[in-house]
Amino acid sequence: MNERRLKKRTLFLVLYLVFAILPVYWMVNMSFRTNEDILSTFSLWPQNATLDHYKTIFTDVSWYSGYINSMIYVAINTVISLVVALPAAYAFSRYSFLGDKHVFFWLLTNRMTPPAVFLLPFFQLYTTLGLMDTHIAVALAHLLFNVPLAVWILEGFMSGIPREIDETAYIDGYSFPRFFLTIFIPLIKAGVGVAAFFCFMFSWVELLMARTLTSVNAKPIVATMTRTVSASGMDWGVLAAAGVLTIVPGAIVIWFVRNYIAKGFAMGRV
Amino acid sequence: MKPVNQKAWLLILPVILCVAFSAILPLMTVVNYSVQDIISPERRVFVGTEWFKAVMRDDDLQGALLRQMGFSLSVLLVEIPLGIALALAMPAKGWQSSAVLVTVAISLLIPWNVVGTIWQIYGRTDIGLMGAALAAMGFDYSYTGNATDAWLTVLVMDVWHWTPLVALLCFAGLRAIPDAYYQAASIDGASKFAVFRFIQLPKLRGVLMIAVLLRFMDSFMIYTEPFVLTGGGPGNATTFLSQYLTQKAVGQFDLGPAAAFSLIYFLIILLLCFILYNWMQRVGTANKEPGHE
Repeated sequence: MNERRLKKRTLFLVLYLVFAILPVYWMVNMSFRTNEDILSTFSLWPQNATLDHYKTIFTDVSWYSGYINSMIYVAINTVISLVVALPAAYAFSRYSFLGDKHVFFWLLTNRMTPPAVFLLPFFQLYTTLGLMDTHIAVALAHLLFNVPLAVWILEGFMSGIPREIDETAYIDGYSFPRFFLTIFIPLIKAGVGVAAFFCFMFSWVELLMARTLTSVNAKPIVATMTRTVSASGMDWGVLAAAGVLTIVPGAIVIWFVRNYIAKGFAMGRV
Repeated sequence: MKPVNQKAWLLILPVILCVAFSAILPLMTVVNYSVQDIISPERRVFVGTEWFKAVMRDDDLQGALLRQMGFSLSVLLVEIPLGIALALAMPAKGWQSSAVLVTVAISLLIPWNVVGTIWQIYGRTDIGLMGAALAAMGFDYSYTGNATDAWLTVLVMDVWHWTPLVALLCFAGLRAIPDAYYQAASIDGASKFAVFRFIQLPKLRGVLMIAVLLRFMDSFMIYTEPFVLTGGGPGNATTFLSQYLTQKAVGQFDLGPAAAFSLIYFLIILLLCFILYNWMQRVGTANKEPGHE
């Protein structure tokens, strides 16, 4: 009985993974083929494989600097998001104070603004501040949707930790910072890992704000990619190759945080 | 109950500053646009609530809103159960766990315009894998010609793209359940379903709330993927709210009405999220047994 359930579970998992991986495979497949080949023939794997598209990206500074710019502002953004969100999430999960519920919900409302019309005021705000075309501008703008997300995720995980742990630590003479850093954060590793990954991910793929606030020096890869659509048609191969390469940094990030996500509470000290 | 402590404000102050920096001024500017007729940067006329009235009467908008509701509801109904099931099926230990985690996360990391482009090729019956497979099975599939096919393709694309978000949240939530709970359950001889219903599901409440709200608001603002894939067509089968808004704002350079539209759009999302949030909180607390924190 148990074994049959296990098999069903594995079968479901494998089916989903196939569903998840096929479009990605198709992108990889496209990235190794010429545009004429992509548009004219159906083929399950690249015949006459070419590395031209990758060569274009790695030799053209306007392409590869896009990756570097994106990584810089995404890293700044993720670090700031987590640093400010951790204490705030603790406050929301442990104390009541004037307006706590309203502030908590207000935070999330900042993810709900449809960007199209809001881009112009953003542009004006950052121009006035003299921050246009800098990494810090994009990192700050992305805080708008990443900080609320991080607070909400972390609050959810912190609320799952019994309050007795805090009280015991305070009785044992721990100061708040010491308790928070050495006992509490290790207990919510899973939450920190997920929050870090999501902050990375949402900032990495965001296009409209990043494109509005940059022109040359901080131009992100997602904006560079829109170049592949031109009057002479679509450069499918380069776009696919660039798409394949955008997965790489994120895959590395999740590889590093996977232990945080997978172990979580189970290895805690309770 | 949580202890009252007004000093907690000091802990959340940095968050408020970070968010308010980018939130308040742009929102005020858009409110300002929405009550004016902007003929040129120098010539503006105050028009009061006229744009709001015009937007409310717009039939196309109401059509787009209904399509949007149907789409977002379908997204939630498919992605939330699928995400939970996936989280339960994912292995928790060993290299399989790492491999599955990375594989599941891949679709989230692809920029949205690339997602649309890939599916554009992927769904074509002549050169795309999915399109060719469906055609080979005898379906008369065409996401550019048939409204139902187009709608379903956008939905499947969204499920492919975003179910991992629900799955990763739930997976981390499941890992955060202390072993003691499972041991107690196995001593009681609880069935698999009972463990899910009375231990795992209540403990997942926090992350599920985030997942539902995130998927709801993000699907309500979906723009790039259907824009690239179908361009809103055929007809207006996949023209969702934000696409209609962008047509107005960018296509017609009508800043005033577009701003009014944005604000109404924002208020609709806000209201629906507020209802969802309160409803889920009530469901969660009603389930809790008395005496159990």
